[in-house]
Amino acid sequence: MNILLITEQREGKWNKTCFETLAAAQQIANETKGRLAAVVIGKGVAALAVELAATKIDEVLHVEHDLLAAYTPDGYTLALQQAIAQAKPDLVLLPHTYQVRDFAPKLAASLGKGMIGDCIAYRHENGELIFVRQMFQGKSVADVLFEGTPPWFATFQAGAFRADLVAQGASKAPVTPVPVELNAAQIRTKPLEIFREAKQAVDLTQAPILVSVGRGIKAPENIPMAEKLARLLGGELAASRPICDEGWLPMDRQIGSSGQTVSPKLYLALGISGAIQHVVGMKGSRTIVAINKDQNAPIFEVADYGIVGDLFEIVPALTEELEKTKST
Amino acid sequence: MKIVVCIKQVPAKDAPLAIADGAWIREADIGFEMNEPDSFALEEALRLKEKHTGEVIAVSMGPERVKQTIKEALAKGADRAVHIADDKAHTLDPLGVAKSLAAAIEREKPDLVLTGLQSDDHGFGQTGVLLADRLGLPHATLIMQIGVEGDHLRVKRELEAGWFQWVELPLPAMLTIQSGINKVRYATLKGIMAAKKKEIATIARESLGVTHEPTQRIVRIYVPTKTKKTEFITGTPKEAAAKLLEKLRHEARVL
Repeated sequence: MNILLITEQREGKWNKTCFETLAAAQQIANETKGRLAAVVIGKGVAALAVELAATKIDEVLHVEHDLLAAYTPDGYTLALQQAIAQAKPDLVLLPHTYQVRDFAPKLAASLGKGMIGDCIAYRHENGELIFVRQMFQGKSVADVLFEGTPPWFATFQAGAFRADLVAQGASKAPVTPVPVELNAAQIRTKPLEIFREAKQAVDLTQAPILVSVGRGIKAPENIPMAEKLARLLGGELAASRPICDEGWLPMDRQIGSSGQTVSPKLYLALGISGAIQHVVGMKGSRTIVAINKDQNAPIFEVADYGIVGDLFEIVPALTEELEKTKST
Repeated sequence: MKIVVCIKQVPAKDAPLAIADGAWIREADIGFEMNEPDSFALEEALRLKEKHTGEVIAVSMGPERVKQTIKEALAKGADRAVHIADDKAHTLDPLGVAKSLAAAIEREKPDLVLTGLQSDDHGFGQTGVLLADRLGLPHATLIMQIGVEGDHLRVKRELEAGWFQWVELPLPAMLTIQSGINKVRYATLKGIMAAKKKEIATIARESLGVTHEPTQRIVRIYVPTKTKKTEFITGTPKEAAAKLLEKLRHEARVL
């Protein structure tokens, strides 16, 4: 199978998720005895292309243009169409980043093709590639097959594969410049400045213990209960996105794809259902405890210890126990 | 400003899901509700209308039951609605969904098309972007703020890890709305009464003249096999709390 990986960089810095997808691409290329090429796209990205050529890969396609200096969905779609026309892949793989979500469905559709997005795994069975993705907020998973003729497009979720499994090449792969034609009139959106809202007040990535609250906490008045537990455990308070959306906790406390990615030694999830967007931000934690009233909540998929029950009864019991041991 | 907002009806958050025929869920005994990300898009459409005047048209595809969600949108303040009727809408792939929606929406010639970032059922997260492509509109995704400046928009797009970007794009345009952009309103009694008089135009999907060969097929839906063995701790809250702390101290050794 002829595979094309599309990598992602911003201002000359890799989006690290693309190395996870590279690991997946190498694995698929290996299993299907296929060929693997990767695209590096942008302006002033020659050094990145050379860096990528050191990995186990057959070719690096270097797509460079002034109009690709800043990402735009139109610019990327038009340029990648041309790279795909040259590489003629069967399978185009991308990391499931926010940027990829913004252009990849359009790129596939512009060629009359479909994309299976946000995959967590694949299986290679009887010469066929089956892609596995979550549905219903992670409560179920689906096996999905491509229909029709290639090229097919698929994206892999952050954390689905391990970047440290990327194989290095025995020798440097060739870097092939792919000239693309683009003109300014084709690019309809105008990207302006990139900024951070406020300085991150808390760096949750450094906390050894996190007590994280989700929708199950029900009301802002109940947050102090979790805060107290976090304090007694010597940890920090964190939350899933809906809690920050509601304004019950500031955005810098948010764990997940749009917040921080953490791997503390202990992660205590209170009333968090475990939607994919949250789980990708915390599944690397050493020990995960989930307390949830719904025994089918997907959070239990990643939990080491689980208590099915009412957090409004269990959390006070935990604080009481902790206070008891503290005082003795 | 004429705004089309796409809303999907999905199983209610707390609905117990049972898989039926291997490739979908049993719909009979569960409740449905407006896809939460779409409710943020609807709210944003209503606010834009209130600020700049115009019309909000809610578009939804699915079986008869989706009318309930359409009525909710009308009660909240949408002016009228289009229901693309198809009992098998859930079997469509993302491109099939987008082609169908586009066929109905292009008749409206909207200035702005909004969707939520993804649905809580399929979670394809592609509809908005594909819709823009089908309608020939420029787009931006994961939007946290919308400013209308004459013939163009200035929008705040969410990037990863706490980064944002301002983007300008000409109207007409398509945006997918990030959850949490606004505080969603509740329907008022007055709104519910007013909704009864509002128009819901039903169009059968097959009458839209959409030709589509599926690009992908869901072969099987199943409950995920656990990758980790979870040890469930039982007992009264007090017992469970004590047992958990014991485990964390002496087994996991994290306290």
